[in-house]
Amino acid sequence: MKRLIGLFAALLFSVNVVASDVAPDVLVKNVTNEVLDIVRKDKDIQAGNTKKTLELVEAKVLPHFNFQRMTQLALGREGRQATPEQLRVLTGEFRDLLVRTYSKALTEFRDQEISFRPFKMAATETDVKVRTEIKQTGGKPAQLDYYLEKNAAGWKVYDIEVGGISLVTNYRSTFAQEIRAGGIDGLIRSLQEKNQTAAAKAK
Amino acid sequence: MATNSKRTGTRVRSAVLTVALLGMLGGCATSGNPKDPIEGFNRAMYGFNEAVDTVLIKPVAKGYDAVLPTPVRTGVTNFFGNIADLFIGVNNLFQGKPDQAASDLGRVLINSTIGILGLFDVATEAGLEKHEEDFGQTFGRWGVGNGAYVVLPIFGPRTVRDTVGLVLDMAADPVANVSSVPTRNTLLGLRLVDARADLLPADKVIEEAALDKYSYVRDGYLQRRRNLVHDGNPPRELLD
Repeated sequence: MKRLIGLFAALLFSVNVVASDVAPDVLVKNVTNEVLDIVRKDKDIQAGNTKKTLELVEAKVLPHFNFQRMTQLALGREGRQATPEQLRVLTGEFRDLLVRTYSKALTEFRDQEISFRPFKMAATETDVKVRTEIKQTGGKPAQLDYYLEKNAAGWKVYDIEVGGISLVTNYRSTFAQEIRAGGIDGLIRSLQEKNQTAAAKAK
Repeated sequence: MATNSKRTGTRVRSAVLTVALLGMLGGCATSGNPKDPIEGFNRAMYGFNEAVDTVLIKPVAKGYDAVLPTPVRTGVTNFFGNIADLFIGVNNLFQGKPDQAASDLGRVLINSTIGILGLFDVATEAGLEKHEEDFGQTFGRWGVGNGAYVVLPIFGPRTVRDTVGLVLDMAADPVANVSSVPTRNTLLGLRLVDARADLLPADKVIEEAALDKYSYVRDGYLQRRRNLVHDGNPPRELLD
């Protein structure tokens, strides 16, 4: 009996390492709890230390995001004219922007409670929405939803909705505007400028 | 005969007025974004609001945030939240959601008594979740479309529909109807500063996230309203 339990435990541990087989809601729950635990205990991050937060996000959060998909979705129809090289640069810049924004949001995290809403999915589904809520003082709990897609590497996030505001949809309008004004290269330049200014400020 | 020409006269006058108004707005408009037909005007107003915020409201909010201990801040937010719950309930009734309305009224009762005049949000602990409703959402629920995106002076982003809703919200607002003018102004001011202070963390994130703050705020606002009208379950827009 004890040997069986030991085997079971070992299996569970290995499942966590091999992320690809973890159910999407479990994945979100684990990563969220892990990251928030670290933020709660780290005074530097709470004081606004961007560098440390970025490192945390790079290590724990990024591996679960599909930035190529996010960039393609944000580009929409206009993006079809982009060359593979442009796409590559765009994905990189967009990724930097998103990582910094996400890290900034994390530094504002205090002791809010996160609750995970009940989740159901069919075994064969490849596109799901995982809903969480952030309890806030004096107000309605804030919705924080993750959209995940299953590909060869496992479940990856391709969109986040905060209070019903979809990240991808929001950037879609901005991207379309920039492309209309200066083409794909114009968009790349704007993103690069933004990232460079922000990086300079962080130093 | 006389009535006919009088009617035509009025019709011509209102047509001229409409064209003139549109012309004024159209003059400021930039390249057509279907969601934002008066973008030029809106950007100008947004700039004005940002300036007022930077110079006046934000510093006061930051001072308020720095000086008051968190429990007091929470108490203030809860106090005004409790007052708001009354009309949130009314709007839920108008939207045909009696269960939610009952819950809202329950919140007001519990928080006003056990929660000591709303200072403590006991109702949420008791399982009565806070909702967010206003007249703009009620109209949306009834099927009224957004109308153009409008940036109002001081009040900020709205749509034509939500502006009408705002007028009703303000008319019904218990705080705005307090008879003693000094008390009313103090309460209104306090509520504004408290709400602004609550938004300070969001400011930093938007600064980081936005390529163009104006359109970021606009698109966020429009998405959020859609989400609120559908109470968190909007039909998902096709992405591709």
